[in-house]
Amino acid sequence: MQRTSLALARRAIRSTRTTPAPILSTRHSTQIRFASALPPRSSAFAQLTESNITDLRALLSAPTSLMSTLDGSASEDDLRPFNDDWMNKYHGKGQVVVKPKTVEEVSKVMKYCWDKGIAVVPQGGNTGLVGGSTPIHDELILNLSNLNSIRSFDTVSGTLTVDAGAILETVDNELASHGHIFPLDLGAKGSCQIGGNVATNAGGLRLLRYGSLHGSVLGLEVVLPDGTIWDGLGGGLRKDNTGFDMKQLFIGSEGTIGIITGITILTPKRPSAMNVAVFSLPSYEAVQKVYTETKSHLGEILSAFEFFDKQAYDLVRRHQKEGGEADRKVFETEGEFYVLVETGGSKQEHDEEKLQGLLENLMENDLILDGVLAQDTTQYHSLWKLRELIPESAGKSGSVYKYDLSVPVPKMYSLVEKMRARLSESGLFKEEGGGRIREIVGYGHIGDGNLHINICADKYDAEIEKVIEPYVYEIVAAERGSISAEHGLGVMKAPYIGYSKDQTSIDLMRRVKQMFDPKGILNPYKFIL
Amino acid sequence: MIPSRVNLINVLVPVKRAIDYAVKIRIAKDGKGVDTTVKHSMNPFDEIAVEEAIRLKERTKAVTSIIALSIGPAKSVETLRTALAMGADSAVHIVTPEAPSPSSNPEPVNVAAAIKAVIDRSKAAGADKAIDLVIMGKQAIDDDSGSTGGMLAGMLGWGQGTFASKLDVDKASGKVEVTREIDGGLSRIESKLPIVVTTDLRLSEPRYASLPNIMKAKKKKIESLKPEDLGIDLSPRMSVLSVSEPPKRVGGGKVENVDELVQKLKEGGIV
Repeated sequence: MQRTSLALARRAIRSTRTTPAPILSTRHSTQIRFASALPPRSSAFAQLTESNITDLRALLSAPTSLMSTLDGSASEDDLRPFNDDWMNKYHGKGQVVVKPKTVEEVSKVMKYCWDKGIAVVPQGGNTGLVGGSTPIHDELILNLSNLNSIRSFDTVSGTLTVDAGAILETVDNELASHGHIFPLDLGAKGSCQIGGNVATNAGGLRLLRYGSLHGSVLGLEVVLPDGTIWDGLGGGLRKDNTGFDMKQLFIGSEGTIGIITGITILTPKRPSAMNVAVFSLPSYEAVQKVYTETKSHLGEILSAFEFFDKQAYDLVRRHQKEGGEADRKVFETEGEFYVLVETGGSKQEHDEEKLQGLLENLMENDLILDGVLAQDTTQYHSLWKLRELIPESAGKSGSVYKYDLSVPVPKMYSLVEKMRARLSESGLFKEEGGGRIREIVGYGHIGDGNLHINICADKYDAEIEKVIEPYVYEIVAAERGSISAEHGLGVMKAPYIGYSKDQTSIDLMRRVKQMFDPKGILNPYKFIL
Repeated sequence: MIPSRVNLINVLVPVKRAIDYAVKIRIAKDGKGVDTTVKHSMNPFDEIAVEEAIRLKERTKAVTSIIALSIGPAKSVETLRTALAMGADSAVHIVTPEAPSPSSNPEPVNVAAAIKAVIDRSKAAGADKAIDLVIMGKQAIDDDSGSTGGMLAGMLGWGQGTFASKLDVDKASGKVEVTREIDGGLSRIESKLPIVVTTDLRLSEPRYASLPNIMKAKKKKIESLKPEDLGIDLSPRMSVLSVSEPPKRVGGGKVENVDELVQKLKEGGIV
C-alpha cells in the first residue's frame, strides 16, 4: 500500500516533466528542463487545512514554534525567509513553518505528517545552493533552528555532540575555547547549521586537511519519516564494525530519508599557528605546479589550497571598493590566476621554516609572479576575504548560476574556458561588458579537484539557462567528473544525476528511499526522483 | 651638484612588537600583567607609520632612506623583518632582556631617550645620514601609554604633529603639513623639518608584505645594539601593582508581560 503511494507520487512528479530525467542512456541528449518548469504538485499529498494547524499546535510546547498563514498567525511576508532560497532563485509556497524545540517534538510532528500524508521539507540555515531546503509547493517547513544546543564535549577525545540546529560558527567558537576546531569550514558559517551540513555532506574550505564528514561524523540521531527516533549517536566510537554503518546513508541524503536532529562528531585539535599566503600566477599550468611543490614542501601542515581566476579576483576587489573599504594594495604584479595557501600547525617557527622553503623555491623557479604573506591575524583574515568574498561579490553583481563540479585537476579550468567560449559565441557574454551575462568566474578547491563556476546574469532567464544547461553537465560527464561536488542535487540538479551516476546506482538509491520513506513525504520533488 | 637638504630626508620609524590585535587578552597568573605566550605582531599604529613612510618615499621622492627601529627582546627582530619586507631600507634593534625582566618592555620616557640616542648618533655620522623625520604610532596597543612621541619631540626640541590623518612634505621648501584628528574635527598644522609625527588610524592602510620583499628583507642586515652602546639606561621607574579585568557583564532576563516588566523596574528602583 505504502509502496504504491510513493510510486504514485513519483510518477506524478515525473510524468508531467516535458522530458524524463536524463539517465545514462540519454546522457548526450540535448533535452532541456528549465528551472522555472518545476515538477507539479503531487496529488498524493494532503492539502493542509486550519484543523491540521490546530492539531500540530497541540504537539508543540511553545505557541511561537508554529507560524502559519492558514490560521493567521503569520503573513506571507513572515514566511518568505523560509520559502525563498538563499539565492532568491526558488520560491516555495509553504503555508506552515514548524520550529520544534525538542527531538520529541520533531518526532510527534513527523508522525502526524506521516499519518496524514503531509509532505515535509526539513530546513536548517537555508543556505543551500541547489534549492534543496525550501518547499517546491506547499510542503510543511520543518525548521530545526530552535534545536540548537551543544549537548556535550569530551576534552580528551575531542568528541562533540550537538543539536542539528546549532550554527556552525557558534559551535566552532565554542570549540575554540577548548582548543579544538570543527572539521568543516565554509563561507556560510555564520548562518548554516550543523544538521544541514551533515544532511548535505558539505565540503568546504578545510576538506583537504580534515577529510569529508563521512569520516569525521561518529554518530547521528535521526527522526525517521514515520516519527520513529533512531538513536544512532552511539558512544562516539571511532571503530565499530557491527553491521551496516547506517549513519553514512543519512550523510548527504539531503533530508529525503530522515531528519537529522543530533550529531556526534570528532573534532581535531585547533592548530595554534596559522599562516596564509596568496600568490599571483601567470597560468593554470603554474597553479598545478605550485600545488605539487606546496604539497611536497608543506606536508602535513597544509590546510587549504584554493585557487581563483583573475575575473573572480577583480570582482571581489571591485565589491570591496564599492563597499567603502580602504584601498589596500595587495600585489605589485597581478596575474591571470591566484592561489591561497593556508598552513596550520602546532609550532610557528617550524611552520615558518617550511613556508620559507616553499616561497624561496617558488620565487627562484619563477612559478609565481608575486605573492603576499600575512604578517598578523588581521592580515590573515583580510587575505582569506579575497577568496571567501567571491560568492557574495558574485551575488551582488547579478543573478548567479552556480555550478559546483568535480573533475580531475588538470582538466578543471578548461571547463571555465569552454563555458566562456560558448557564452561568447551565443552573444550573451561580451568580454568588454554589456552582455546579458556580466561575469563568468572560476574558483575552487584545487586539493579536492572541485571547481566552482559562477555565471552572473542580469536576471534568471530561460534563454540563458538553455545555453548553459545541460551543456555544462555534458562537458563534466565527458571528463567523467561529478556534476555536484559538494552542493548536492536538491531540485536544481536532480534531473541531471544521470550525468554522474549509472542506472544501477540510481536504482539502488531509489530502493533506499523507498525503504525509509515509502510514502515519499520527506523533501519530495528533489534529490533522487 | 650637491642635493639640497630636503632631498635627503632620512625617516626613522620606531616599531614595537606587541600582542596581536586579534588575540583575546588574558591576565597573567601573578595578576601583574597579561599572558604574553600568545601571538605577537607589529603594533598596528606602527604598521601605519611604516606604510606612510613608504608612501612618502614613493610620492615625493624626497626620502632617501627609511630606518626601522625596535626596542625589545630578541623576537623583536621578526617585527623589524616585517618592516623591512614592507619596504624599510634598514633596521636597528636595541636588545632588551627577556620577560619577565621589567626592562623587557621599557617605559615611554626610556623609549623616547633611546630613540633620541639613535637620532643623535645618526647626526654624528654625517649630514647625509642625519634623521630629520620620525613617523611613529600614536600609541602601542599593549600599554596604551601614548606618550612616547610627545616626549621625544620635547627631548629633541623638534616640532610635533600628533594623531596625524594626513601628512604632506613639500620637497622644495622642507615644509611639513600635518592634518590632525581632534575631538569633533580636524586641525591642520604646518612646520619645518625636523619633526615627530604620530599616526592615527586613518593616515594609511598598511600594505601586505610581498614575497619578493620578504626574500630581500631576509638578506638585509639588522644592526643589533645593547642599551650600553648608546649610553642609555632602560631600567624602569615604576612598578605595576596589579592588572584586573573589567567587571563581567551580568546577563538579563526575559519578562512575560508588561506587568512583570513594571514590577522588575520597581524592584530595581528605576521607576
